[in-house]
Amino acid sequence: MRIYLHTDEAGQERGAFKMAARGGRGGGSGHGSLDKSITLPPDEIFRNLENAKRFAIDIGGSLTKLAYYSTVQHKVARVRSFDHSGKDIEHESPYEVTVQEEITARLHFIKFENTYIETCLDFIKDHLVNTETKVIKATGGGAYKFKDLIEKKLGLKVDKEDVMTCLIKGCNFVLKNIPHEVFAYQKDSDTEFRFQTNHPNIFPYLLVNIGSGVSIVKVEMEDKFEWIGGSSIGGGTFWGLGALLTKTKKFDELLQLASKGQHTNVDMLVKDVYGGAYQTLGLSGNLIASSFGKSATADKDFSKEDMAKSLLHMISNDIGQLACLYAKLHNLDKIYFGGFFIRGHPVTMRTITYSINFFSKGEVQALFLRHEGYLGAIGAFLKGAEQDNPNQYSWGENYAGSSGLMSTSPDLCPMQRTRSGTFDMFEMDRLERPLVNLPLLKDSSTYIPDTVDLTDDAMARKYWLTCFEEALDGVAKRAAASQPDSIDAVERAEKFQQKYWNKLQTLRQQPFAYGTLTVRSLLDTREHCLNEFNFPDPYSKIKQKENGIALKCFQGVIESLDSLDWKERQLALVKGLLAGNVFDWGAKAVSDVLESETQFGFEEAKSKLQERPWLEDSYDEWLDRLKEGPPHKCALIFADNSGIDIILGVFPFVRELLSSGTEVILACNSGPALNDVTYSESLIVAEKIAAMDSVIQSALKEERLLLVQTGSSSPCLDLSRLDKGLAMLVRERKTDLVIIEGMGRAIHTNYYAALKCESLKLAVIKNSWLAERLGGKIFSVIFKYEVPRE
Amino acid sequence: HRELYSAASQAPHGRIGMAAAPGGPQDAGKAAGTSSVLAPASPTPPRAVFFPWFGLDIGGTLVKLVYFEPKDITAEEEEEEVENLKSIRKYLTSNVAYGSTGIRDVHLELKDLTLCGRKGNLHFIRFPTHDMPAFIQMGSEKHFSSLHTTLCATGGGAYKFEQDFRTMGDLQLQKLDELDCLIKGVLYIDSVGFNGHSECYYFENPTDSEKCEKLPFNLENPYPLLLVNIGSGVSILAVYSKDNYKRVTGTSLGGGTFFGLCCLLTGCSTFEEALEMASRGDSTKVDKLVRDIYGGDYERFGLPGWAVASSFGNMVSKEKRESVSKEDLARATLITITNNIGSIARMCALNENINRVVFVGNFLRINTISMRLLAYALNYWSKGQLKALFLEHEGYFGAVGALLELLDTA
Repeated sequence: MRIYLHTDEAGQERGAFKMAARGGRGGGSGHGSLDKSITLPPDEIFRNLENAKRFAIDIGGSLTKLAYYSTVQHKVARVRSFDHSGKDIEHESPYEVTVQEEITARLHFIKFENTYIETCLDFIKDHLVNTETKVIKATGGGAYKFKDLIEKKLGLKVDKEDVMTCLIKGCNFVLKNIPHEVFAYQKDSDTEFRFQTNHPNIFPYLLVNIGSGVSIVKVEMEDKFEWIGGSSIGGGTFWGLGALLTKTKKFDELLQLASKGQHTNVDMLVKDVYGGAYQTLGLSGNLIASSFGKSATADKDFSKEDMAKSLLHMISNDIGQLACLYAKLHNLDKIYFGGFFIRGHPVTMRTITYSINFFSKGEVQALFLRHEGYLGAIGAFLKGAEQDNPNQYSWGENYAGSSGLMSTSPDLCPMQRTRSGTFDMFEMDRLERPLVNLPLLKDSSTYIPDTVDLTDDAMARKYWLTCFEEALDGVAKRAAASQPDSIDAVERAEKFQQKYWNKLQTLRQQPFAYGTLTVRSLLDTREHCLNEFNFPDPYSKIKQKENGIALKCFQGVIESLDSLDWKERQLALVKGLLAGNVFDWGAKAVSDVLESETQFGFEEAKSKLQERPWLEDSYDEWLDRLKEGPPHKCALIFADNSGIDIILGVFPFVRELLSSGTEVILACNSGPALNDVTYSESLIVAEKIAAMDSVIQSALKEERLLLVQTGSSSPCLDLSRLDKGLAMLVRERKTDLVIIEGMGRAIHTNYYAALKCESLKLAVIKNSWLAERLGGKIFSVIFKYEVPRE
Repeated sequence: HRELYSAASQAPHGRIGMAAAPGGPQDAGKAAGTSSVLAPASPTPPRAVFFPWFGLDIGGTLVKLVYFEPKDITAEEEEEEVENLKSIRKYLTSNVAYGSTGIRDVHLELKDLTLCGRKGNLHFIRFPTHDMPAFIQMGSEKHFSSLHTTLCATGGGAYKFEQDFRTMGDLQLQKLDELDCLIKGVLYIDSVGFNGHSECYYFENPTDSEKCEKLPFNLENPYPLLLVNIGSGVSILAVYSKDNYKRVTGTSLGGGTFFGLCCLLTGCSTFEEALEMASRGDSTKVDKLVRDIYGGDYERFGLPGWAVASSFGNMVSKEKRESVSKEDLARATLITITNNIGSIARMCALNENINRVVFVGNFLRINTISMRLLAYALNYWSKGQLKALFLEHEGYFGAVGALLELLDTA
């Protein structure tokens, strides 16, 4: 009687990249007839095909999702100590910066209408260089139909995979790897999309796939899932019955009709039967007593809109009710909805949400996935890539290469309503290191890195988007300037600028496009766009110079600190740390100063700092703790900037901790972001300092000072996605103090992060708007010392 | 017994007589079952329930009326019987159709029933809810209000039409909760049986038209049971004892949906016509089956090829839309609604840990297709754990319950 079907018959989703149509065809080609009259903009859609391998394809009723794995060659900046064999050479710089080619793995997913399948296959064939590929994994209802075509065009053997297995595999993969993958939909609130933080344990969950029918699957473990039920009343019922009732042929047109209709004209409501509410049961008069009940008793014509709306309610309510019954029976509270009925349609997400809320009395929340449309393709790909062990790695969404949620939804972007020919893309980068939670998080399931949700806070959103827009020109210029020897640097910088500008405009319209919009996501998107155009580290030269200058001052700073008594020294160390933090090229107020005043140095920065009491000031408590308590066992420090910050701010502070018997784990970014100090830079800096300072030298030697990488390349800090090695070390060394430095890591993120141990969050606010918001002025100081409450 | 009736017949007619029976159901202005008239200062005479005895269930689509026809009326009583009471009795018992839409289900009549000490026949009458104004009008013309009876009514219409009864018919309704009445009615009718036969039955071999058998079921120990009432919409109740039950859930996809969609899809105008069309149609032309997708069973999930994967799923295609008949569409609508009710009922039974599911309601009237499908589906998908049961008086239990409420107050 009931089952599911995963065929993706809705022809709705459209991607960001319009295909250039040649020959001016009307674009009215229906299912099955293949449109060959298009030219693909290959560099934008099927990227890195020349290095592609392991293809997978998910062909639905109207949309095809192609997946492949590619290796991306891009430039990375490497730092390297000079060869010291030639002692006679005195270098101005502490180390050399070289640009090297690096190969990283990337997953590409492209979604397009079935009409283009032949053209796309031809294109792939022409550009495919890798001859190792022999097989293409295929799933979806249409895989059978197009099998011969694929085999003929690509010369690959089509290997069919079970639809539901692929779907679940894909679902597990995105739930684990993509932050803010999951959202709840609330039409009537300011924030329609409520993104959820990733729970460390994704199982068990219920997946309700609404294709032509409905499948309800309980997923208990990575490879353990069970079809527990389904319903034949699904998307196909809406579409088929809707087509009969309204003579409207297309699924999205039916949804459009439904969104304009009044179901109360067609449905028999409780109040139609009772005259009001059914009070003994507490049933509101507006509840539907009988769907289509009025069409039986009234002799009249019903409008298409009203019938479509009634049908939509009928089906959504029915699915929601069954989903709740199954959730109750299996004692599950997480229900993810997918399938073409849901995919990108605010109308159906709204009615399903309403239904789940009604039938579960608010106990269960309907959840949706940003990359729901790709699950089958992701799963099929993973099936074929098992020998590469994709599940052993952590993956990250590449904001530069992904189109974003519903960026092309006809409901949201009427301009995009052109019939077809648009592509949606999703790319994931394989991260070099597996990422895990910081074991010291108080509650990893409720931890939210970001302090302000810009999807929620319209005023802050407006400010930051403008702020990033205004800074863009400078960033592009600096990117171009960072590669003076490259002939196309200026051109690439312009492309970068255009791309990031477009992203910002998209985010203005659809702040939810990539999950919760935050300062962090804006920064990360910018880094991804820079990388996209081969500007791996625009600040490498600046960092190199500043590290050189700061190293020269190190001994002087240490001497002056050592001349102070203990109490004075503690304050001086903190002030030094804060002053160092002023040197932030990411803050426009600072970069303007740094560019115009070349002599701006450590002392000048100290003079900029707010006088105590600081905006947030628990320094006295910190001092008491140092004075009265036993030394900390081990401190974990997340450092911020290169140059003065790390060398004259952080290292003296580290040195003091070491001297008092505290071990130190110094964590720096794995990859470059702005002028933040990278792990490899920190190694060289530490080496240089060790050569000047015996405390650091012996600590390094005795492994009381450990330099580690965070696994991140972001100016912000997500404590739920940190390098596994770091997490292990933190546990081994029984870390009991976490120090987070800088605006990006301690204010934009983690300001409210609760830890199991003592923590110190310090930063200088280098942005007037933010300072004002927090009740202070520019260069206000945040010094937040927290002891976990038992 | 005689006393009861004579007490009633001897009481002065009209309003004053009503006042003589305080605490009785005449106090109908109050909400169902919360009669709160003060106890009389003087001792009350033995209380009678005045004829006529009616139970009314006003649903979203149909009004169900049960009427108890006393057969033990003595000549003396008959002589004293007021004229309009007599005329009501004659009118109801000598006709099988009333107006153009009212119908007496003669085959359901319960003969020689002893009810509240009186012997008689219980008649089952139905008419469309949209004829309610005409019914009230008739009550007014027949001076129903002059009879010192109480009209016990349940269903949503008891609330909706209360005002009309009062203003047009000068009648106070005693409003009763529909679920209370439903359960009361089911338990009562099952206990008295169906003229010597079992009220409750089930289907053996429901899918096999040759071997399919309707067999009696003994519902002597009925609890717990899941009661699924399929009217215009559907209510699902878990019944644990005579007066311990809860409404588990409901669905708006009920008989009204079947009929409403059929009207829109086929242009039919009666429920009978819709069912008749459905009996001649083939839903597999309209629905997409598992085998249409997988060529056979979907073994990965243990789904048989004949199962419906997508109701109306084939209607996505223009060619198929053009090739199906109205009969096919009616059949598919019936199958869709029936399967869905079966599915929800099954889930409720599992959640409530109940294995007997009793289906009632007028959707099942002359609707063997649905009953057999429910019987089969419940058994198949529960792997034999659940049993679908049916009752002969399908949609009349609410009305019977209302009548019993009337008599209970005596």
